Amino acid sequence: MKKTRFLLLAALVVFALVLAACSQGETETVEVTREVEVTRIVEVPVEGEAAPAPAPTGERLQTVRDRGRLVCGSRTDLAGFGYLDESGANAGFDIDFCKAVAAAVLGDSEAVEFVPLSAAERGPALQTGEVDILARNATMNVTRDAQWGNFTVVTFYDGQGFMVPSAGGITTLEELDGATVCVTSGTTTETNLADAFRQRGLEFTPVVFEDTATVYGTYESGGCDATTSDKSQLAAIRSGFADPNAHMILDVTISKEPLTPAVPHGDDQWLDIVKTVAWVLIGAEELGVTSENVSEMLGSDDIKIRRLLGVEGEFGQADLGLDADFAVDILNSVGNYGEIYDRYMGPDGLAFTLPRGNNELWTNGGLIFAPDIK
Amino acid sequence: MSDNKEPSSLFTYQGIPLWRDDRVLKGVAQVVSAVLVLGFLYLFFSNVLAVADARGLALGFDFLGESAGFPIGESIIIDYDPSLSFGQAFAVGFLNTLKVALVGIVLATILGIIVGVSRLSSNWLVRNIASVYIEIIRNIPLLVLLFFIFFGVFQQLPVVQESISLGDLLFINNRGFYMAWFLTTDSTVSWIVVVAVAIILAMIVFVILGRYQLRTGRETHPFLWGLGIFIGLPLIAWLILPTQPLHIEFPVLGNFNYVGGTTLTTSFAALLLGLVLYTGAFIAEIVRAGILSVSRGQQEAARAIGLKPLQSLRLVIFPQALRVIIPPLISQYLNLTKNSSLAIAIGYPDLFAVGRIMINQAGRAVPVFLMIMATYLLMSLTYSVILNLYNRRISFQER
Repeated sequence: MKKTRFLLLAALVVFALVLAACSQGETETVEVTREVEVTRIVEVPVEGEAAPAPAPTGERLQTVRDRGRLVCGSRTDLAGFGYLDESGANAGFDIDFCKAVAAAVLGDSEAVEFVPLSAAERGPALQTGEVDILARNATMNVTRDAQWGNFTVVTFYDGQGFMVPSAGGITTLEELDGATVCVTSGTTTETNLADAFRQRGLEFTPVVFEDTATVYGTYESGGCDATTSDKSQLAAIRSGFADPNAHMILDVTISKEPLTPAVPHGDDQWLDIVKTVAWVLIGAEELGVTSENVSEMLGSDDIKIRRLLGVEGEFGQADLGLDADFAVDILNSVGNYGEIYDRYMGPDGLAFTLPRGNNELWTNGGLIFAPDIK
Repeated sequence: MSDNKEPSSLFTYQGIPLWRDDRVLKGVAQVVSAVLVLGFLYLFFSNVLAVADARGLALGFDFLGESAGFPIGESIIIDYDPSLSFGQAFAVGFLNTLKVALVGIVLATILGIIVGVSRLSSNWLVRNIASVYIEIIRNIPLLVLLFFIFFGVFQQLPVVQESISLGDLLFINNRGFYMAWFLTTDSTVSWIVVVAVAIILAMIVFVILGRYQLRTGRETHPFLWGLGIFIGLPLIAWLILPTQPLHIEFPVLGNFNYVGGTTLTTSFAALLLGLVLYTGAFIAEIVRAGILSVSRGQQEAARAIGLKPLQSLRLVIFPQALRVIIPPLISQYLNLTKNSSLAIAIGYPDLFAVGRIMINQAGRAVPVFLMIMATYLLMSLTYSVILNLYNRRISFQER
């Protein structure tokens, strides 16, 4: 009898200890994960200093050059933006932006290490400086700019839109009065949807699922009259449907989602470099310089083109720590902004076709704009 | 010390040492376990508080008054729209859970009794159909069953434009069941009063005639009389009242959906069907066990005094079987209610689904989870109290 009681007591103590260990274990695991991330930074052969947090200006560029490759926070699961192509290589709009930065900084667009990040991981990865650049269709907003890192130049103006079956002949949001709309729960998408219909005094029946795949599956099988998400995401989903042409994305946008590459806080030069790369991509399209004509454009008479390609004049390449003709490296590898867009989302895009809309150059009525390269 | 006899005699007493004294050990064990439990609870709560503090999670409930902002697919009683508060959104979720749980309990009980009795039937076909149903349904996880019903059956129904129709009364498509339903008019209230009176009157007549029959042994048809009053009075009132108390509204195809009448969404229908089929199988086994617990002699005796099979079931077997049936039945009802939280998988906005959305939209995980748990607890305890009272009433009373 007593033996059992002692055993019981012992078991209870052990149980309690295990429980206590478990309850602390969780936080510890998180710390361990972080340590791994830190190690990844340490493994980078930084001369002398190891602490990455308050990097003095210019250090990031040096780090990247010494390492010989750019670390790019990206994703592998969104068609068009960051995905794996048939050969298993990283491809996409955001991926090419990282390649452009690598071409400018290292002269080699393939010298990029892609780190796939989940939506939840991307903020911390940028905050800790684990990645040199985050190009993962991240929406810029004030909080993120203050907390995560420095957002650079908007590369894709996205917004929440609606997808409907083409057969219905619907073109405006007003015509969706009384419709059933499929939406993912617990997102800003859900509240934006409610707001948009309320503001216009329209009625709708929401069909709400937690799982994104269920949302689109139900929509495709006719369980709802429309579905809503970021337009680029709708386009990507539509491209995966059995009959993509049976569905259309309405020309209606109910929220602002400026997708922007970001860099860690604390290194002004690095921030300027990434911004300049984006501007060069946009400027080259505006000036009509492409990957195909870049070599003949070197002999152009246009002073703007000559300056862009580093043939004549200076626009601060030396201050940025870049070669005078770094724009040529960029254009030779990935092309200009329009070429990157068309490669994945143009009329013959690899992923799907999405009209440029707001992502047209400002000269064509879009929002894509860069200061003069001079 | 040595000159004092009293303590020395105490010390020299060779009794049970402390570490082997049963009473002491029991006391120590109780204290230790109490400390462990309290310590664990303390650890748990301080951990929650510390983590909440470190991550900037708010623990208050003031957000319940703020505007919810998110849409909810269906609601009863409360006419929900996104401008209402988080608290009201939670209430909508609660009412939706209550709706599916209460309807589910009634239907599952009916199904369970029918199948349970069928399983003991002397008819080979009926008996085996019941067995196959029970064995299949009981051994499939409920979530799988729900997914199958929702995606495999209801989502495969035709789209709105090609709805299956039953005259103008019922339209079925992959969004739901659209049925003709009643519209109220000026005289609805007075008619409902008549119906209520008829129900009460019918019950009184039923009881009086039933007692008379018991006392005298003469067949007085209490059920038929009750039914007659229940149907007759409202019918007379319907004809007398100046305006027709209820109109029937037929569903009509609008721009996108059928409007008018009433709607059962596929999410609700799938959840209800899944819960009823699943719980019904368990209740059937409970009913069968209950019937088998009544000794065979009772049935033979009932037959011997000339009761028909249904009569012997109703008057002799069931009242005795109920004593065995009720306690496990309570836990099946609780299971059905708690299982309704699987609604989240098929898009029915129940308590848990709405709670999850609130957690995301309001960013208050801890308070919302506490609310969800407290609400389920409250529901379960209420069932238990009611059914336990009933159980006490019908349980065997020694005289």
